[in-house]
Amino acid sequence: MAPPPRDSWGSRLGVILAVAGSAVGLGNFIRFPGQAAQFGGGAFMIAYAISFLIIGLPIGWAEWAMGRYAGQRGYHSAAGVFHCLVPWRGSKYIGVIGAIIPLVIFMYYVAIEAWTLGYTVRFVRAIFDPTLRFATVTDSQAYFGRFVGSAADGSALRPDLDSLLPWLAVVFVINLVLIYRGISAGIQKVCEIGMPVLIVLSLLVLARVLTLGTPDPAFPDRNVSTGLGYMWNPGKTLVVGEDGRTIAEVVDADAVRQRERADAMAAATPGARVERRTMLSQLADPDLWLAAAGQIFFSLSVGFGVILVYASYVGPRDDIVLSGLTASATNEFCEVALGGLITLPAAVAFLGVAGVAGQGTFGLGFNVLPMVFSAMPAGSLFGAMFFFVLFIAAITSSLSMLQPGIALLEEALGIGRKGSVGLLGTLTALGTGFVAWFSRDLKALDTLDFWVGTFLIFVLAMIQIVLFGWAFGIERGWEELHRGGAIRLPRFFRPIFRYVCPGFLVTIFVLWFLENVVGLGRAEPSSYVADLFEKGEPVAWLSIGVVLVVSVGLAVTIASSKRYADDEA
Amino acid sequence: MQPAGLLVMAVSVGTVTALFLWCVWLVLTRPSGEVEQGPDDHRRS
Repeated sequence: MAPPPRDSWGSRLGVILAVAGSAVGLGNFIRFPGQAAQFGGGAFMIAYAISFLIIGLPIGWAEWAMGRYAGQRGYHSAAGVFHCLVPWRGSKYIGVIGAIIPLVIFMYYVAIEAWTLGYTVRFVRAIFDPTLRFATVTDSQAYFGRFVGSAADGSALRPDLDSLLPWLAVVFVINLVLIYRGISAGIQKVCEIGMPVLIVLSLLVLARVLTLGTPDPAFPDRNVSTGLGYMWNPGKTLVVGEDGRTIAEVVDADAVRQRERADAMAAATPGARVERRTMLSQLADPDLWLAAAGQIFFSLSVGFGVILVYASYVGPRDDIVLSGLTASATNEFCEVALGGLITLPAAVAFLGVAGVAGQGTFGLGFNVLPMVFSAMPAGSLFGAMFFFVLFIAAITSSLSMLQPGIALLEEALGIGRKGSVGLLGTLTALGTGFVAWFSRDLKALDTLDFWVGTFLIFVLAMIQIVLFGWAFGIERGWEELHRGGAIRLPRFFRPIFRYVCPGFLVTIFVLWFLENVVGLGRAEPSSYVADLFEKGEPVAWLSIGVVLVVSVGLAVTIASSKRYADDEA
Repeated sequence: MQPAGLLVMAVSVGTVTALFLWCVWLVLTRPSGEVEQGPDDHRRS
């Protein structure tokens, strides 16, 4: 007989907010707007919506169904879920990927979470001390470099408020205390309070941003409308150099004037020409599909192993179709309606399109936006609100990354919450310390994010959707998905689960692998591959070593587990 | 922003907001575990 669950969700809304909290992260507010703007809002949103329907929702629902099925039989870890669903000795070792991913991601994500808390406090301090505002992007860039210690290893670990160390210590302890409190008293409580606060604060920041108008009359084209146009206009007018690289993007409220300005700019630059991209021509670009599918995939936190574990604590008659849809819809609302309207309009209003284009996620979030909030009226207050929103988004995600590891240790070793939190706390403290120390060029963080936070997530997601459609079986999966359901999925989702989603995911993965690992179409391999095999970068190899140590440790834990051995006997 | 951009924005933001509010309304108004009898369920019973 299956042992009773040691912990469970207190309410349906609780688990929905927890899954939504896990999904909503920095990417909703910073990565999504950058991606959508790069490919033109209209074209990107078409690919994004299709990816949502055929990747995001199906993988999420598959995780909900498999997680609850195994949870009802006493399994709450990803390894346990695989062990329960597939009667093969090796299945639990494949399932352990669902614990490795969140555990390793936690090790560096908690550092990013510490940045957001540090920036929140910095903006609160700036309310009382205006000298703490950032006058230029160069200022905020230099501050970020010092804060995270990108100049030299160990340089972020200084005991002052403008450094990573104190904030990392604070957020690490908060995470462990909350996870120790358990599913309903810890994770659920935080998400029930945090998610509504996140939405309300985001709406306040949004109201501030949309009323910025044209902050500096000396630059009439730097305004909120241009920012919205840069983000959402379906076509693009680019000035391209002789080498094919984009020199500038021209955005104007008037299409004719936009063309004239681009022509004038091209005429003034030797060898430059104007390139106009329509929505349809952009939809023919494979990179757009790769970006849109990738954004949906990572934004919804599918393939992480987190939903699988959270769903294992759901009751047998809960409507998991609705819960999954609501959690995804909450994530999409935060991403499209909040992130899509706040970040770029604010940045363009102060820096223009040229000052914003091409910025990466961290560049936009921690170099551009701090200066932007410093420059706007009541900016210190709104800056503090914005970074606190990012902090809430981060902590609800980081908590979700700890639970899979806790569930595995409790299940495999038969130990209680205290023991599992102690073990996991020690392991993650070592890993986080590693990431925090090797901060030069954020090498450790970047390496782990690429190989675990991207590559392994793709792998687990593909395994999960194949497991659901083919091993667990679509009939059993469909029945589990609808047990206690108030809404029923249209039947066309059945071939999507079985054929379309795995096919689309494999295609996206192969394209991503060829471009980012093999380096197809590039003059040289990607930096992540070069770090390992060309430069022999010690920190990159040490990061791989951390992943291997965690993997072997968890595999040995499973191998020595009496629980799984008893089941197999 | 051009009219086409405004349309894309309105459709995108409107769709996700409507989906979000509809889901929240369903979650808040239907008690957990309530089963709606669909055509398949009638056949089964």
